[in-house]
Amino acid sequence: MRVALMVTCINDALYPSTGQAVVRLLRRLGVEVDFPQAQTCCGQPMVNTGYLDEAVPVVRTFVDAFAGYDAVVTPSGSCAGSARHQHSIVARRSGDPALQEAVAEVGPKVYELSEFLIDVLKVTDVGAYYPHRVTYHPTCHSLRMLGVGDRPRRLLEAVRGIRLVDLPQADQCCGFGGTFAVKNADTSIAMGADKARHIRETGAEIVVAGDNSCLTHIGGVLSRQRSGVRTVHLAEILASTEARSIEGTLR
Amino acid sequence: MSGTFVGMPAFPTAAREALADSQLRHNLAHATGTIRAKRARVVAEVPDWEELRLAGAAVKERALLDLDTQLVRLEETLTANGATVHWARDAAEANAIVASIAKTHAAEEVVKVKSMVTQEIGLNEALAAEGIAAWETDLAELIVQLGDDLPSHILVPAIHRNRAEIREIFRSRMAAAGRPAPSDLTDEPAVLAAAAREHLREKFLRAKVGISGANFAVAETGTLVVVESEGNGRMCLTLPEVLVSVVGIEKVVSRWEDLDPLLRLLPRSSTGERMNPYTSTWSGIHAQEEGPSDGPQEVHVVLLDNGRTRALADEVGRQALRCIRCSACLNVCPVYERTGGHAYGSVYPGPIGAILNPLLKGVGHDDQTDSLPYASSLCGACFEVCPVRIDIPSVLVDLRAQVVDAHRGGVPKPEAAAMKGAAYVLGRSPRLSALERLTGLGMRFARRFGPTAWTGARDLPDAPGESFRAWWQRTDGGRKDDA
Repeated sequence: MRVALMVTCINDALYPSTGQAVVRLLRRLGVEVDFPQAQTCCGQPMVNTGYLDEAVPVVRTFVDAFAGYDAVVTPSGSCAGSARHQHSIVARRSGDPALQEAVAEVGPKVYELSEFLIDVLKVTDVGAYYPHRVTYHPTCHSLRMLGVGDRPRRLLEAVRGIRLVDLPQADQCCGFGGTFAVKNADTSIAMGADKARHIRETGAEIVVAGDNSCLTHIGGVLSRQRSGVRTVHLAEILASTEARSIEGTLR
Repeated sequence: MSGTFVGMPAFPTAAREALADSQLRHNLAHATGTIRAKRARVVAEVPDWEELRLAGAAVKERALLDLDTQLVRLEETLTANGATVHWARDAAEANAIVASIAKTHAAEEVVKVKSMVTQEIGLNEALAAEGIAAWETDLAELIVQLGDDLPSHILVPAIHRNRAEIREIFRSRMAAAGRPAPSDLTDEPAVLAAAAREHLREKFLRAKVGISGANFAVAETGTLVVVESEGNGRMCLTLPEVLVSVVGIEKVVSRWEDLDPLLRLLPRSSTGERMNPYTSTWSGIHAQEEGPSDGPQEVHVVLLDNGRTRALADEVGRQALRCIRCSACLNVCPVYERTGGHAYGSVYPGPIGAILNPLLKGVGHDDQTDSLPYASSLCGACFEVCPVRIDIPSVLVDLRAQVVDAHRGGVPKPEAAAMKGAAYVLGRSPRLSALERLTGLGMRFARRFGPTAWTGARDLPDAPGESFRAWWQRTDGGRKDDA
C-alpha cells in the first residue's frame, strides 16, 4: 500500500512536530509514508471564504501531488473534509473535466488520522504512553463533516498512563471557523472563551484535538488567560512513548 | 422585505453590540440550552428519526420540483372550497391585498395568529399606515409588540427577554393597547400568561377580521394547516367573520398524507414536544346544509412570492425552501446562542436566516445581506438537527462564493488581494517553501503590530525553527536524524 502524508499548510509552517509525530507513529506501526514535495494546501481557506476561482490552482496542485497513492493520511479533520467534500465544488467551477475526474479519484482516498488508524490499519492500541490529565475536544469538521465518531476517543483510551477527563459541552464549536475567526472576531472570541472555560473546569493539563487550526484558536485564548493549560495534537499523544514524550506547547 | 429591520448594520457590528449585553447572553444561553436539551430527549425517543428526516425532506422537495403545477392545483381546490385566492409578487402587493380586504369590512382592527410571513412583509406596519390596528395574539409576539421591540427568534420571538422584563412591559404598556395588566402583577409565568389571556380575550371577541399564515398548504384538498401551542391561533381562525391567510408559495405540499412526516418532525424539532397542543386545519368555508356555517364566513388566501422564485432558481440554495420554520438550527447554533437574533437584521435569524435572507433578496446589493453568509463558523450543528435536511453549511459556502463573485472586477479589496496572493503561493510548492522561511519573521511582525482581529484576545503560537518540509528534506523523512 502506497501511503502519502498530507501534512496540511498550517502544520507545515507552524506545527512541524505534528507532521513528525504522524511519520514516527506510522513508522512504528509498520507504515512508511511518502511526503510528496509538491503538496501545499487543500484550498479550504479560499473555498470557505467564497474565493472559488482562487482555489482552483490550489486544488489542481493537490490532486497532482497525491495522484496514484492508495491512501492519503492527514492529521486534520478539517482538511480531510475539504478534500472529500469541497474539492468537487472547486473542480466543477473550473469547468475542467480532467480536474473533476482527478478530484473524484483522489478525494475518497483521503483519511483523517484516526480514520486511517482504525479503519485502514485496524488498530486501536497504537502502543502509546502519555502520563497526563487530558481532555479531548472533538473538532466540528471531524465530528460532523467526516463523522469520525468516537474513533479519536477510542485511540486515546488505549493510551497507557493517560487520564482522560470529559469535556463539558464537548461538541460545541470552539469558534475558530477559518476566516470567521477574524471576519467575526468578537463572536469567535466569545465562543473561544466559553470553550476555554469548559476546558479549565475539567482541571486537565492538556487539551487534545485532531486539528491544529482549532487548537491555535483555543490555545491562543488559554494562553492569553494564562491558564497554564497546554494544547497538543492527537498525533503527538499517539506518537508518545516512555522513551519519547511530547509535553505540548503553551500557545 | 420587511420595513421593521431597515438600517441594521452588517452582522459583525450588530453582533459586537449584542455580545456586550451580558443580560442578553445569559437569557439566550439559558433559553437555547433548555430547548436544545428538550429536543435532544424527544428526538432520541424516535428510532426511525433519520428515515423520518429523509421522508420530510422528500415530500417538500417533491412539491418544490413541481411547484408550478402544485400551486395551480392549490388555487383550484381552495376556490372549490369557497376560499378566494390572491397572488402577490412581493410584500407591497400582499400588504395592499390584506388592507383592502380589511377596509371592505370597515375593520379598524384585526387579530393575528403568530406568523413569520406577515412579519417578513411588515404587515402590521403597513396596516397601521392605513389606520388599521393589527394585534398579535401569540404570547411572545404580544410581548414583542407591546415592548415596541423586534422578534429575535422564529419560534420564541421574545427569547431575549426574561420574566422581569416581561412583567415590566405588561405593567407599563398593556393599558395603552387595551385591558391593562392587573395591579398585583408578578413575574410568575402563570400570572403573566393570565394577564395576557385577559388582555387578549377582549380582542378575540371584538375583532371582525383574523389574519394568519400557514405551516402547510395541501394542494390535493385545498387545506391550510396551522400548528401552535397556545390555542390563541385557533381563536383567531374560528371567531372572526373574515379570515385572511398569507402563505408563502413554498408552503405547499402535494397530498394530505404528506403532512404525516412533517407533523411528526415539527413539534419535536421546534418546541421539543412529542406533539404540539393545537393543530388547526381548514379547507375554505365550512358549509352547513342548514343555517349559517361554522367559523369564518369569508376566507381569503394570499399566495406570496417575495423572492421565493429567486431562491428556487438557485441550484444549491433552493433546499432552503424546504424549511418548516422549526428553529432547531437557531437553538443549536453557537453563533446565534451568543449574538441573539437581532444581529441578523431580519425576522429570519440564525443559520436559516443566514441563508434565507440572501436567497430571497439576492446578494451584491447591500453589506448587511452580504455579511450574513459569513455569520457562521461552519460547525455544521444546524444541518445535523434540521428535520428536512437542509445542508446549511454547504449553502453558506455557496452564498459566500456568490458574494465574492458579485464584487469581482475593479480594484480588489484587501481580502480579495490576500486571497489572490495565497492562490499564487499555494499554487506551487517552491513558492510556499520560500514563504515559510519567513514564518518566524511574520509572527514577530504580527505580535509587534497588534492588536489585530486575531491578537485582540488570542496569543499567537511560537514559530518553529524550520518547516515540516524543511525537516523532511534535511532528515530524509526522519530517517537520518530523528531528533
